[in-house]
Amino acid sequence: MNTILNDYADEVQAILARYPQDQKRSAVMPLIHLVQARDGYVTKQAMTEIAEIVGISVTDVASVVGFYTLYHEEKGGRYHLQVCTDLPCALRGADEFLAKLCENIGIKVGETTPDGVITIEEVTCLAGCHHAPMFQVQGDGAITYHENQSVDSALEIIAELRRKAAAQEAE
Amino acid sequence: MSKMVTLSIDGRSVTVPENTLVVDAAKMNGIDIPVFCYHPKMKPVGMCRMCLVEIGRPMIDRATNQPVLEDNGSPKIQFSPKLETSCTTPVSEGMVVLTRNDKVEAARKEIIEFILTSHPLDCPICDKGGECPLQNLTMRFGSKEGRFLFDEKMHLAKHVPLGELIWLDRERCIQCARCVRFQHDVVDDPVLDFHNRGRSLEIMTFSEPGFGSYFSGNTTDICPVGALTTADFRFGARPWEMKPAASLCAQCPVGCNLEYTVRREAKSGGATVIKRALPRQNESVNEIWICDKGRFGYHYTQDPARLGQPLVRRDGELVPVTFEEALKIIAEKAAHQPFQILAGGKLSTEDLAALRGLAQESGGKAWLHTYMSGGFTPHYGLSADANLGALGQGDAVLVAASDLHEEAPIWWLRVKQAAERGAALIVMNPRPTRLKKYARHVIRYAYGEESLAVAAMAEENLALAGEEIRAAAETLKSARNLVIFYGSEGLGLTGSKGLEQALADLLERGGFTGRENSGLIGVWHAPNLQAGFELGLPPAEGLADLPAGGVLYLAAADPAGDDPRQAAYFSGREFVIVQDLFLTESAKLADVVLPVLAYTEREGTFVSGERRLQRYYPALAARPGLKADFALTALIAKSLGYELEGRAASLALEKLAASQPAFEGLNYLKLAEVHEQWPQVGGSDLYYGGTSYANRQGLGKHLSRAAKPEPDAAPLREGIRDVPKNALRLVPHTRLYDAGSTFAPSRLLDQRRARRQLRIHPRSAEPLGLQQGSQALIELEGAPFTAEIVLDETIPGGTALYPRSLGVPMNAPFHAVVKPVFDKSAS
Amino acid sequence: MSHILLRHRDIPDIKELSVYRANGGFKAFQKAVTTMQPGDVVNEVKASGLRGRGGAGFPTGVKWSFLPGNLWPHYVVANADESEPGTFKDREILENNPYQFLEGLMIAAYAVGAQEAYVYLRGEFESIYRQLNACIARLEEAHLLGDQLFGTDVRLRIYTHLGAGAYICGEETALLESLEGKLGQPRLRPPFPAVAGLFNKPTVINNVETLTNLPPILEKGADWYKSLGTEKSPGVKIFCLSGCVQKPGNYELPLGTTFRELIYTWGGGLAEGRRIKGIMAAGASSNIIPADDRALDTPMDYESVQQNLGAPLGSASVIILDDSVNMAWLVAKTTHFFKHESCGKCTPCREGTFWMAHITERMMGGKASPEDIDLLKNVALQMQGKCLCALGEFSTMAVVSGIKHFRPDFEAAVRGGGKAK
Ligand SMILES: Cc1cc2nc3c(=O)[nH]c(=O)nc-3n(C[C@H](O)[C@H](O)[C@H](O)COP(=O)(O)O)c2cc1C
Ligand code: SF4
Ligand code: FES
Repeated sequence: MNTILNDYADEVQAILARYPQDQKRSAVMPLIHLVQARDGYVTKQAMTEIAEIVGISVTDVASVVGFYTLYHEEKGGRYHLQVCTDLPCALRGADEFLAKLCENIGIKVGETTPDGVITIEEVTCLAGCHHAPMFQVQGDGAITYHENQSVDSALEIIAELRRKAAAQEAE
Repeated sequence: MSKMVTLSIDGRSVTVPENTLVVDAAKMNGIDIPVFCYHPKMKPVGMCRMCLVEIGRPMIDRATNQPVLEDNGSPKIQFSPKLETSCTTPVSEGMVVLTRNDKVEAARKEIIEFILTSHPLDCPICDKGGECPLQNLTMRFGSKEGRFLFDEKMHLAKHVPLGELIWLDRERCIQCARCVRFQHDVVDDPVLDFHNRGRSLEIMTFSEPGFGSYFSGNTTDICPVGALTTADFRFGARPWEMKPAASLCAQCPVGCNLEYTVRREAKSGGATVIKRALPRQNESVNEIWICDKGRFGYHYTQDPARLGQPLVRRDGELVPVTFEEALKIIAEKAAHQPFQILAGGKLSTEDLAALRGLAQESGGKAWLHTYMSGGFTPHYGLSADANLGALGQGDAVLVAASDLHEEAPIWWLRVKQAAERGAALIVMNPRPTRLKKYARHVIRYAYGEESLAVAAMAEENLALAGEEIRAAAETLKSARNLVIFYGSEGLGLTGSKGLEQALADLLERGGFTGRENSGLIGVWHAPNLQAGFELGLPPAEGLADLPAGGVLYLAAADPAGDDPRQAAYFSGREFVIVQDLFLTESAKLADVVLPVLAYTEREGTFVSGERRLQRYYPALAARPGLKADFALTALIAKSLGYELEGRAASLALEKLAASQPAFEGLNYLKLAEVHEQWPQVGGSDLYYGGTSYANRQGLGKHLSRAAKPEPDAAPLREGIRDVPKNALRLVPHTRLYDAGSTFAPSRLLDQRRARRQLRIHPRSAEPLGLQQGSQALIELEGAPFTAEIVLDETIPGGTALYPRSLGVPMNAPFHAVVKPVFDKSAS
Repeated sequence: MSHILLRHRDIPDIKELSVYRANGGFKAFQKAVTTMQPGDVVNEVKASGLRGRGGAGFPTGVKWSFLPGNLWPHYVVANADESEPGTFKDREILENNPYQFLEGLMIAAYAVGAQEAYVYLRGEFESIYRQLNACIARLEEAHLLGDQLFGTDVRLRIYTHLGAGAYICGEETALLESLEGKLGQPRLRPPFPAVAGLFNKPTVINNVETLTNLPPILEKGADWYKSLGTEKSPGVKIFCLSGCVQKPGNYELPLGTTFRELIYTWGGGLAEGRRIKGIMAAGASSNIIPADDRALDTPMDYESVQQNLGAPLGSASVIILDDSVNMAWLVAKTTHFFKHESCGKCTPCREGTFWMAHITERMMGGKASPEDIDLLKNVALQMQGKCLCALGEFSTMAVVSGIKHFRPDFEAAVRGGGKAK
């Protein structure tokens, strides 16, 4: 069964409708976003289903997933906390911010907290250079920017994310 | 004719057709520009930047639109500040190309250096070492010292199986995308792609099985480094230890030109063995490609089970004897007896001629062992300089009752390409096949109705014809050429004869007979059945058609192996001779068994389905004591007092050419002729075509058109005999990877070999209690056998498809009761 | 003066359709559709001298006029990939003044006869994507998008497409590939997108800021627009000021404003006790310009920056570097960025960025030798002129100019490792 068609019949139709009929392949990125919002990452099963919907090979879907950094092929934390340490942010202390933040949560860049809620990542420019230090949180199918951050404010955001995850877990 | 353009390359004035790429224009004029990503069989991508050259163009005065002239009156040339990629730049009038100045040489050195920043220097253990474009170009243009720190190089997995056939060395890959583009653009199996990006780009496959494509081996040829290798050959030998030998593929009727590379090795007991099969360029046949069956299928020729000595039956047992003894026994037992001969399509043309000769001399007859009829192809087939590669806009191709992708993959590719060039493709089959995607018209008919459907198109019998048939008939009216492929899906001998005649009629009525690039092509199950039809041998599915009594002589035919019930026909014979490579089921029933040389150990010719007569050469020395089929047949004849040509294959062909009009004027020298082919591959610079070989041993020649055959008046639809109650109609189809005796020994393909399966529509399966994956019991005239059920919505109702050469003892449609096997012990 | 592009700074609720309309929104589009031929719109934009704000500064009207009239359909694609380090202007427009951007896109579509337009957003702009989808839905409800606009035969639909993290997708042909569901790898040119772009059809690609200029131009006319900025670089530009300044942010100023004015009048100057050392005018892709008086007094327009300082103005992402910044450290940052963002398609960029990143990493790790400075420079020079797209070239700019103007910084890094920022 194609679970994407099953779970998101309307969304899939709406996505396909954005592109000319003979250009279904264009729908591959929105469809990956769709399943990643559902599963948190992109499974091989999902790639197979997307391949079926847009009429390309699984290999070609996997290739698209592999090229773009916002698609995850492995299950990471529920939320990806992505700190920009690119040049303009670094000029305003992003590297130190990230180091201290990691120290405080007790994991290294690229790692996930033991409760599986937060993965910390380092990313290139997010177009928030004037509000450094800044990061984005990717998870639950959305991306939220957090600008003009301090380690304390960031820890507060993490605490909030943990509460959210726990609350949803409890449901 | 396309417009010609004149430009200057390295000071030389050259003229080439417009739209030619600079890199090709140079090559056509003997100037090699180094490339990695460019391949003349694929669209340029300009990725590797190896082919940078300096290009200038005549300056044009904007105001007058006239060229600006130098003081001396020559056009003023404006050079672009940047070097340009010659693989993506088409020529233009007055262009000036410089491929050898300091700027270009420096760029080459720099690009090579960049490529080597990540490339391991493991040439001494690399399979490509010795025939590697990167190695060659590094020697020629590379820098002498490395400026990159060795320990900062990428270190990546070196043994990555992309499935069990092809291995990837990630370190060696230079990201040229040749393999990716081949799989996407040439063969439309998009099962390879890049993963990640930047310096982390990696080749990967997600298909099941990994790198699932019948053409996968070709990527190992065009890979310009040793990143892709076949499981068959990797670490097998170094290129310089091997000798090449020109040959042909013997797995199907396309006649792909091959090069076997062989070496003597201790591991094989000091014998010379084939290490790999590579495509040999023949642009009219296989270009520079072969399918994986052809690449990996040669193993049977050196299988340990090969027979090495004659056997004779003594006290009911087969015991080894010498050839002299065996021939003596034959001379005694077979004297004055008519020979009834069944000859297989794997024999060479010369072998078939010898068998026909023996039959005639002895007052018997020779039959061709085939489940497909082809008597019309000598007259209606291709001739002169026909070339599928020239079909395009304005031409039509019809494929009937054949799944070309499974039966003859290179023909599938040729037809796909013809359709891409604009030829109108008509596909007729009861179920969809892979060609459907390229078809302009798709015609569906019920199994058994193939000749009716064709007749409806030929006669424009509008009452019978559906919408698609009418549309296809309309297309044919305006076609310049019509090439027809017909196969045997759902057909046995009788049905295929009906189809063949209907198609001949279609060609005749459409006025296509004798047109330059038109004709009928049989998709045979053996490489040389065409020769049998050219020699006028009548087809025989089994032994039932052969008269009783006399000597039964089977050559490269194993009816008892195909169908155990055929064993019954062995009794009642005075004497049975079986000539084969292996101790087949039929051989086990013989009085005398004669071993022969494999085709790789001798020379001979095959006639391809396109009626191209081509030579193969010995790749290996003859096994001591063994002879080629025709020579052995001649010896038998001699021992009985008949005279046949058994000295040399070339003489045998000359003799045939003297008596058989279609072969007139052909001889081994003619078949060895070559002419320059474009693109030029192989040669000193391997970088254009990878390891596909240039053709120096002959492109072959078409047979002339033979006399018109007499149509058969008998009803030519497969009979429906005594249909049992609740029976299903079981129809045969062909799968590429079967279990035939000349392919089964290639163990590498075991995992991909088709299984004995019944494909059936869920709606037909349900009332019979048959489920996906379950075993079914089939009653075939008292002989029970089992097969796995595969539910397939594309199969018409009331029928089930079974694969040939996979243990179902039938080659024609039949009716049978199919029921589930509930309990294995009970069946 | 009130803002022309960042109008939300003057009219806070302009991201509401009603507010935007109450302030003259969609009048320009209506005027174009109901009173002007597409060709007239092209001519008006040509006359305004508006140049692309995506980086290359190519005259917008001229670009539109390249689309062949015998190949249809035409497409317009808005480039909202904004990923150049130091660039954050399109984001502010999209978040706060989305309708002016959409109106600009609609005008562009009308001008080139496109009935379908796409907005390609970088994947990180996910919340903008949602907001933009809502805006588009509202425009459809208001019948400003759809069929028979203003009772004419004009039809227009806008679709959004969200990327997923790849700087290279800002390059227009990589963007098209990505929009077609492929890897974001640049295409060969020719053919140019104007002839064979999206879905192989004639396509115009414009930057968000470029498009946002269009409604005021149509409303107030080309002459008005030309009265702003300089003769060859007319109009206003959003300067993204970041790095070592007191008040980083977006500043909408006439083209031709000097660096000095931007940094000191608007940006609040540098931190107490810090001296300005260098300027990057076009994000991470820039040359590093030594910040002497000559540089500070150079007007920021496409010609002057190029002529005076030998550096392109690009997208005017002005990164300020003070005397605490070691340029070897900076180059380690930029080369890391380009190594991460190289698409991998062509050899010199794929290998060159990888190699440069290694050398600078080694420098910062204290494991380099003095020869590595020249090696780094040579690798960069060796890339120049050979890459398939501009990204490869961009990656060499800071390296070559940095070593040229600030060699002692590199020598210090080689000696002392990466202590200095
Ligand atoms: C590597 C690279 C990245 C680019 N990134 C962007 C970008 O993020 N946004 C943008 O508008 N243009 C970007 N461009 C420029 C575009 O290719 C293109 O020139 C521009 O979108 C055209 O719009 P304009 O004429 O309105 O400036 C980039 C170019 C290159 C080579
Ligand atoms: S595997 Fe070979 S052909 Fe494929 S990209 Fe790598 S080097 Fe090129
Ligand atoms: S450098 Fe961090 S958001 Fe731009």
